[in-house]
Amino acid sequence: MAEYKGIMVLAETAEGGLANIARELLGCGRKLASDLGEELSAVILGDNVAGLAQGVIAYGADKVYIADNPLFKDYRAESYTDAMEVIIKQVMPRILLLGQTSTGRDLAPRLAFRLGTSATTDCIELAIDADSKQLLQTKPVYGGNAIATFTSDCYPQIATVRPKVYSPLEPDNSRQGEITAIDTKPESTAIRTKVIEKVSRIKEGVRLEDAAVVVAGGRGISSAEGFKQLEELACLLRGAIGATRPPCDNGWVQNSAQIGLTGKIIAPEFYMAIALSGSSQHISGCSGARNIIAINKDAEANIFNIARFGIVGDWKKVLPAFTEKARELLAE
Amino acid sequence: MNIIVCIKQVIDPEAPPTSFKIDAATNRVVLPADIPPVIDPYSEYALEAALKLKDTHGGKITAISLGNNLLREVIKKPLSMGADELILLEDEAFTDGDSWSTAYALALAIKKIDEYDMILCGRQSADRDAGQVGPGIAEILGLPGITLAHKIDISGDKALVERVSDDGYEIIETTLPAMITISNEIGEPRYPTIRGIMAAKKKEPTVWKPADIGIEPSRVGDAGRRSRLVKLLKPVYEGKCEIIDGETPEEAAVNLAERLRQEKLL
Ligand SMILES: Cc1cc2nc3c(=O)[nH]c(=O)nc-3n(C[C@H](O)[C@H](O)[C@H](O)COP(=O)(O)OP(=O)(O)OC[C@H]3O[C@@H](n4cnc5c(N)ncnc54)[C@H](O)[C@@H]3O)c2cc1C
Ligand SMILES: Nc1ncnc2c1ncn2[C@@H]1O[C@H](COP(=O)(O)O)[C@@H](O)[C@H]1O
Repeated sequence: MAEYKGIMVLAETAEGGLANIARELLGCGRKLASDLGEELSAVILGDNVAGLAQGVIAYGADKVYIADNPLFKDYRAESYTDAMEVIIKQVMPRILLLGQTSTGRDLAPRLAFRLGTSATTDCIELAIDADSKQLLQTKPVYGGNAIATFTSDCYPQIATVRPKVYSPLEPDNSRQGEITAIDTKPESTAIRTKVIEKVSRIKEGVRLEDAAVVVAGGRGISSAEGFKQLEELACLLRGAIGATRPPCDNGWVQNSAQIGLTGKIIAPEFYMAIALSGSSQHISGCSGARNIIAINKDAEANIFNIARFGIVGDWKKVLPAFTEKARELLAE
Repeated sequence: MNIIVCIKQVIDPEAPPTSFKIDAATNRVVLPADIPPVIDPYSEYALEAALKLKDTHGGKITAISLGNNLLREVIKKPLSMGADELILLEDEAFTDGDSWSTAYALALAIKKIDEYDMILCGRQSADRDAGQVGPGIAEILGLPGITLAHKIDISGDKALVERVSDDGYEIIETTLPAMITISNEIGEPRYPTIRGIMAAKKKEPTVWKPADIGIEPSRVGDAGRRSRLVKLLKPVYEGKCEIIDGETPEEAAVNLAERLRQEKLL
């Protein structure tokens, strides 16, 4: 398969700029490209996106392919798959990386099936096999109870990468790169889906995915009032509120606070895990946290296996005293 | 409204993590002997979405499952929840497949069923956590596909689908037939009714072998894989937890705050 060469990333946009995940993928792709001694390219699909190319180069790309068309304003599986198919057949990258985002998780499998190759979704580690030069794609399976590494003999090798796993490079605005506009000749008539409306549920305050501090509660919090106490601490630490699934199902906290396999995937500096047991499905969403601090009345709770600091005790007694002391220390 | 729902049998994702074992020599999960498999919870959400549509629009629900040694008392659950028909792609040859071979066989079976307005799958499966079979089926059959739906409405010959996005949701209109994957926000799957359980007892699933769906042997199960499993491990968390004590819980809390300050975490 000598004709497939180089790494390509899909650089998603957000609010007219580059999305965080795009910078992370460029950071990850740059490393793989050096390991292989090959080039890193990036694709930008969108409407009015030509201005983003230079930024993509600053974050590590050698080449940028831009498909600028009003039809790419909204993500739609059909139009994006068609466009990526054209670009991939032209560039023939060895490896294609996308983000594990609402776009990437939809597009990657669709594209893999279109091209007759395989994809691995939600990767938390990517490496190049020294002998075969194939991409080793590592991801959680069985709800986080196991970690699997896949590879494939088909090209391009496609993987989606979990947000927050890789860090962006320091942008270098003096970096030079090649920018190519590609007309993928999209046909609006061939597209059978239409985006009617986009509804954002992001409230004021810190976005859970971006928060450096997250205060999370589990079933043991047992009420909406309980979560108010967590909110007090979150507010003090300028952090966001998180939860396991039961509090969301019970309506003690909004659904968007759920962390885990089927909720948000986060990697804060500081994760306070209160009255939650640490199920594999939950840990799947927060194992990237730098410092996990657990409060649980059960010394055997699994959360203590991944926490750095912990208190075995009743949160109702521990939390108020902790919040008070933290307030005092922070005021100093 | 004719709906096809893809349902998978999986090892119980809520079994205690300690019961979860991997045989390093074969890179396989050792099935816990005392914990029976279940219907993939995500597939169950897909079935719930189908039942909701049937509640308002009527029609027929066909559940379809691919695997080997599918336990009848487990795999017939869709019938007891309200599905009308159950088709099993059941054969030794279907084992050890990946997203490719699974989606390919399911797509051929769906082609054989022929009459459908919608194909529903789970957003991912509780064992593979891939989220590929649904989009794969859509691509093979050349259908529009929408993933991560938490609500579906029908208006005329189109469907209005609310899709969970990174910061909220989006409303997407699609022509039918379409493939849609369902997210857990659709709502808790209903319990089987007594009547449903009785009906399911009497109903036998239709079993199709590879030859029945005209699949080439090179594309079935293990032979049809396009990805290769290199290794399978249990995650290790090397973190050593420092337990902070105190005479009282309140004192422990104060000690914790001070310890975190020391570490510059507060
Ligand atoms: C397919 C699938 C997907 C899932 N996805 C997710 C997901 O994305 N996110 C998620 O979180 N879950 C998810 N789950 C659910 C998951 O399996 C667990 O059921 C859930 O995480 C348990 O939440 P918990 O830890 O809050 O509750 P429990 O496991 O019930 O733990 C409660 C803990 O609180 C402690 N406690 C109780 N009272 C007190 C007190 N007064 N003081 C101190 N400690 C106390 C107890 O000791 C216990 O450890 C999923 C499940 C499945 C099957
Ligand atoms: N063997 C199978 N039989 C029936 N449906 C399946 C099978 N494997 C996957 N699916 C469907 O595809 C969804 C996503 O699976 P996956 O792509 O494996 O994560 C599941 O929730 C099911 O709806």
